[in-house]
Amino acid sequence: MNQWNNFSKGFFRENAVFVLLLGLCPTLAVTTSAINGLGMGLATTFVLVMSNMIVSLAKGSIPAKVRIPSFIVIIATFVTIVDLVMAAYVQDLHKQLGLFIPLIVVNCLVLGRAEAFASKNSFLSSLIDGLGMGLGFAMALTILGGVREILGSGKIFNISISYFPEGIDGMLVFVLPPGAFIALGFLIAILNRILKKTT
Amino acid sequence: MAKKDSSLLSMALTMFIVTLAAATALGFVYRFTKGPIEEAGQQKKLNAIQLVVPEFDNNPDAEKYNIDVDGDVLTFYPAKKGDEIVGIAVETFTKKGFSGMVRLMVGLLPDGTINRIEVLKHTETPGLGDKMECSKSDFHVQFEGKDPAGYKLSVKKDGGDVDAITASTISSRAYCDAVKRAYDTYMKETPSPR
Repeated sequence: MNQWNNFSKGFFRENAVFVLLLGLCPTLAVTTSAINGLGMGLATTFVLVMSNMIVSLAKGSIPAKVRIPSFIVIIATFVTIVDLVMAAYVQDLHKQLGLFIPLIVVNCLVLGRAEAFASKNSFLSSLIDGLGMGLGFAMALTILGGVREILGSGKIFNISISYFPEGIDGMLVFVLPPGAFIALGFLIAILNRILKKTT
Repeated sequence: MAKKDSSLLSMALTMFIVTLAAATALGFVYRFTKGPIEEAGQQKKLNAIQLVVPEFDNNPDAEKYNIDVDGDVLTFYPAKKGDEIVGIAVETFTKKGFSGMVRLMVGLLPDGTINRIEVLKHTETPGLGDKMECSKSDFHVQFEGKDPAGYKLSVKKDGGDVDAITASTISSRAYCDAVKRAYDTYMKETPSPR
């Protein structure tokens, strides 16, 4: 697989959220707005890229029986770094994402790529895989967040574009968990229909 | 991944090296981010003072004083208009939170009446105890304007006047404990509240 395919697969063909259905817990929980989705996606991308790089560098040295604990320690370290840096420099976003930043550790996407790809591929391939899957994840979260923000509160990236009648901000259900499931379900259906047509 | 054999020694050594590297990296990042995180906390405190006491024109942080209570410290921030005290913001705490320490900023009027309360720090359960935060529910509103001389600062279950957060009695009790600590200490150290 050439590096361009390696990079681009994360966006559509093997998109973590819409095709692989990995990491859905943070996806549903933080996408109440586009900026939250984007922030979470970028934080996850950082962890994914760093952990993929380290795991692929260490792949010859870690005994098979301790590979999962080793991966988890590596991933958790980068997540903690992201958490500390966000708390220091982007407090508002950090507060909004709250509990879900530490939960990146158990995001199936991160451990999944480490085990399925980075532990078996070159440093460069792993880096590009991490970047592609991570940015594809970020794109998915931003789209879902955007849809929920527009339908739920009439804004996008906090800019009001309300087309609802006077006095109504939006359909509240989309800001709440049930709306997350509904919106995600529709997006998965739409994307898979498009993918089906083009293959 | 099975290039290295999984003998006890190689497994233990690998884990040791991985965790050592992780701890070192985290140590550095922690040191590096400590300053900005503390500054952010300080800014949050100052914002809370603005919110909990009536309008003032002094710098409460410059005139703050501490009182030792229950093994920890309460910090009092007097808010003044001219020379007259219009309110006191009390940085209080409770150790009885469901998941540990909870820190509140309680705004009192000079006679001890509660003006407004903001949550500074807590680790209560998301969706349950974290409803004590102003943005997450109206729990804090019931305290506003109440004079603890007549208003009992404990949850109804304990014979008090406070409506607890549903399914979060322990967090609600902790919140009351912190507010009571602020009020009691204020009343004790102020000779005759105006």
